[in-house]
Amino acid sequence: MSNKYADRSHVVRIIFIVIAVLFVGRLAVLQLFNPKYKELAEMQSLRNVTQYPARGFIYDRHGELLVHNEAVYDLMVIPRMLKNLDTAYFCRTLGITREDFDERMKKARKYSPYTASIFMKQISKEEYAKFENKMFRFKGFYISQRTLRIYDRPIAAQVLGYVGEVDQADLDRDPYYKRGDYIGKSGLEKSYEEVIRGIKGKKVMHVDAYNREIGPYQGGAFDTLPIEGANLYTTLDANLQQYAEELMANKRGCVVAIEPSTGEVLAMVSAPTYDPNLLVGRIRGQNYTELNKDLAKPMLNRALMGQYPPGSIFKIAQSVVALDLGVISPNTGFACDKSLVGCHGHPSATCVREAIKMSCNPYYYHVYRRVIQQGKYRSPQKDSQYGLTVWRDYMLRMGFGQKLPIDLPRAGMSKGNIPDTAFYNKWYGRERWSFSTIYSNSIGQGEVTVVPLQMANLAATVANRGYYITPHMVRFYGPDSTRNEEYYTRHETGIDRRYFDIAADGMYDVVHVAGGTGRRAKVDGLDVCGKTGTAENYGNDHSVFIAFAPKDNPKIALAVYVENAQGGGGTWAAPIAGLIIEKYINGEVARKEVEKQYREVNPCQKLPLTRRVKKKKR
Amino acid sequence: MYQERLKIDWITVALYAVIMLFGWMNIYSACYDEAHAAVFDFSRFHGKQLVWMGAAVLTAAFILLTEPRVFSNTAYAIYGGVLVLLLLTLFLAVTVNGGKSWIELGGFRLQPSEFAKFATALALAKYLSAIDMDMRDLRTKLSCLAIIAVPAALVFLQHDTGTALVFLSFIFPLFREGLSGAFLVVGLAAIALFVLALLVNKYILLGALLLLALFYLFGWLNKRSSRDYWRAAGILLLCAAFVFSVDFVFNHVLESHQRERIEVLLGQSDDLQGSGYNVHQSKIAIGSGGFFGKGFLRGTVTKANFVPEKHTDFIFCTVGEEWGFLGCTILLILYGWLLQRLVTMAERQRSPFARVYGYCVASILFMHLFVNVGMVIGLVPVIGIPLPFFSYGGSSLIAFTILLFIFIRQDASKNQLL
Repeated sequence: MSNKYADRSHVVRIIFIVIAVLFVGRLAVLQLFNPKYKELAEMQSLRNVTQYPARGFIYDRHGELLVHNEAVYDLMVIPRMLKNLDTAYFCRTLGITREDFDERMKKARKYSPYTASIFMKQISKEEYAKFENKMFRFKGFYISQRTLRIYDRPIAAQVLGYVGEVDQADLDRDPYYKRGDYIGKSGLEKSYEEVIRGIKGKKVMHVDAYNREIGPYQGGAFDTLPIEGANLYTTLDANLQQYAEELMANKRGCVVAIEPSTGEVLAMVSAPTYDPNLLVGRIRGQNYTELNKDLAKPMLNRALMGQYPPGSIFKIAQSVVALDLGVISPNTGFACDKSLVGCHGHPSATCVREAIKMSCNPYYYHVYRRVIQQGKYRSPQKDSQYGLTVWRDYMLRMGFGQKLPIDLPRAGMSKGNIPDTAFYNKWYGRERWSFSTIYSNSIGQGEVTVVPLQMANLAATVANRGYYITPHMVRFYGPDSTRNEEYYTRHETGIDRRYFDIAADGMYDVVHVAGGTGRRAKVDGLDVCGKTGTAENYGNDHSVFIAFAPKDNPKIALAVYVENAQGGGGTWAAPIAGLIIEKYINGEVARKEVEKQYREVNPCQKLPLTRRVKKKKR
Repeated sequence: MYQERLKIDWITVALYAVIMLFGWMNIYSACYDEAHAAVFDFSRFHGKQLVWMGAAVLTAAFILLTEPRVFSNTAYAIYGGVLVLLLLTLFLAVTVNGGKSWIELGGFRLQPSEFAKFATALALAKYLSAIDMDMRDLRTKLSCLAIIAVPAALVFLQHDTGTALVFLSFIFPLFREGLSGAFLVVGLAAIALFVLALLVNKYILLGALLLLALFYLFGWLNKRSSRDYWRAAGILLLCAAFVFSVDFVFNHVLESHQRERIEVLLGQSDDLQGSGYNVHQSKIAIGSGGFFGKGFLRGTVTKANFVPEKHTDFIFCTVGEEWGFLGCTILLILYGWLLQRLVTMAERQRSPFARVYGYCVASILFMHLFVNVGMVIGLVPVIGIPLPFFSYGGSSLIAFTILLFIFIRQDASKNQLL
């Protein structure tokens, strides 16, 4: 019997206990004090699949589809999940080189070895079909479906804008976005981004060690469905837009056409333009660089971002302001005294209507002097300060000197300039200026600049005889036809309707009466009212024309601006405006030769119009 | 004839049953598939395990109805039979998972090495229960060594290193029967030196040992005899030889996968996709469980096949992931309770045979637990052996049941013997 060793049972017991305690301690370290394993577990066995909503479509005012989507596929990779990849086979299947593969992997690893990043983006449906059934061999890779924009008609590029990958600023600003997401970069795509993008959905998938999706995690408890983007129903008239773009081809400048009664923008052209399909998909980067290098700045929306001296079209504004102030009467006449300010040969105007028709510069010299120096103060400097303030107030009410609240991105939009007293005080010194210093403003030169949209808005204001509706691009959006009430409010100028009637009469004469400067805008059977402008600047004169038609119950008001055209507003802008009006109101242009002439001719000879962009189509 | 009622130790039986049922739940969960959720789906592991559990219960009942003397009388015969079976296995084995420890008997696969454990326990108990046995005799030591080493070597030859290692656990019953504690200490020291030799520069290690020896000889106030000096020098020399042989053993005796697994454990290799994959994944599974676990059937890592052998050797991962720290601790407490209970029962035996056998049972179970759980939580290199009563597998479940119930049967009639 060896029960004398019975005490040794304690040694055995203690060894058992020590090991058990050791194990419990180790378990505590693993399970309680080390969050790393929890993260690793989620990383490898759960996959967050983002469900991208389709971006909303964009329609024109007649329901024609302008922008829609096409499905493409992004090949995603989680670098740490790669396992036993036959790289050569993979590269062959995807049609990439080994160097390309290494480059892409390096980038993905650098972003994060544990989370998904895009390995290859925007693979077309056809390309994807070629390797769809081989995906199971590429552990660590998976496919994410995305959509790309498609433009059936290559029009309104700057207005529609383009979509691109989010940048760092977007990521910092809004946590909604994740790297690789798309966002509207310009135009309507940007200003309506939040409604047009929809809301991303999420699927948490349970994946197994072979990277296969086993099923939704916890029965889809964490899943959210994507919400489709809202469709935009724009105010654009696709046919008119295209026609205006065709007329502006080979030129630099812009056209803005507005329906005066609603403020709806019917067409907004900035020339030169580009095919919006160029800024879609994998070719976007290269084309973007090319377009950006183009000296004629095709991506710039001149209608909003350009600011120009208005030239003689500004006389319309000057007329109604002076009449409303009572510093002139409708029948006030001034002699055409070329010693004050240069003019062209014409008889002296005996009334406002005639002055508009003939666009008499000395006449408006007098008008503006009376506006600025109203005789309220003895000192001409003080008097001018007062006059300028009053005048500026009128101009602001007509929409000048400020960004009109159109529903396009405000960044980069110009305000134009209606100088105030501070402006001149700074420039010349306090009370060191008076009318005689600033008289150039009278004829839309000098320090006054306006944005083409504001010019069209002036035409709309005259068409409405004294008020305008905020110009806007979208009538309503989404399934509930949401509309922004801001775009249906009336902005009153506070100027008597009668004076706008006089301005409208003058504008009618410009086009229809002998001696009118805009006779080339005439359209048979339509009472087009217009006003020419020839804006001096460092290059050739800009050619400007604002117009509306018909005279009563106007359907369209527009501004046409042709940069550096050889010849005044009557030569280039007026006939183009006439053609656009004819097209919009009659639906068809009868004057085919005129149309052909202005389509083809390139009036701008000073600068190379555009460097040929080597355009790569998708 | 036994007229007296059997005094079965129901606590042990209950622990056995609870562990086995909890094990079955985890097998069910580890291989859960909605398409095969039926409990009695015998094409699935959980269904098959139910059959094995039924067989185990029958086996247990059969053993309880057997006269206890049968086992001590037939101990050597059983031992001899298993040795023959092990030998046969070497020639007839089918290869499963790189091991050659399975033989096929009419459609059933059998793993004789599982049965070698209780057979060896029986033989050892039988040998040590002889009257006038003294562990201090060299003859006794060598005989015991032979009883243990022969089946262990045969199992080792089957490439079943894990099961072979389990035979080391017999050192506990030997220790209880009088084997010098020095063997335990030397064994532990050898493991420690082995690990240190792989981790630390060998000369630094030897230098440290030399300092330790000098401290032992001169550091204490009490005087050392010349024998002490010789002894210290001898031990130091042995240590040096051992340390320098580690490299050789490591590189030439161990197989490459074993080398890698040791390197992974010691943090010298970080091949998470290769040899380190299993343990990395099992740590992720367990670590992601947190305190309360993810809940029954809610494990993501184990279920998604990230963990290999999730229903057999790595079943503890499922416990860790779905039942959390709480579940793991409870399971370890159940096992600990069982082991302590077995020691208590062994100590109350009146026959040395039953006592030694009881210690053998506790020690074998302990070794399995130590290696299996230790491996899953990354404390022991990857060695594939099942978790007793818990892992999927018929041979191991029935072998463990036999092992345990022979002892329960002995205990039930301990007072009638002699």
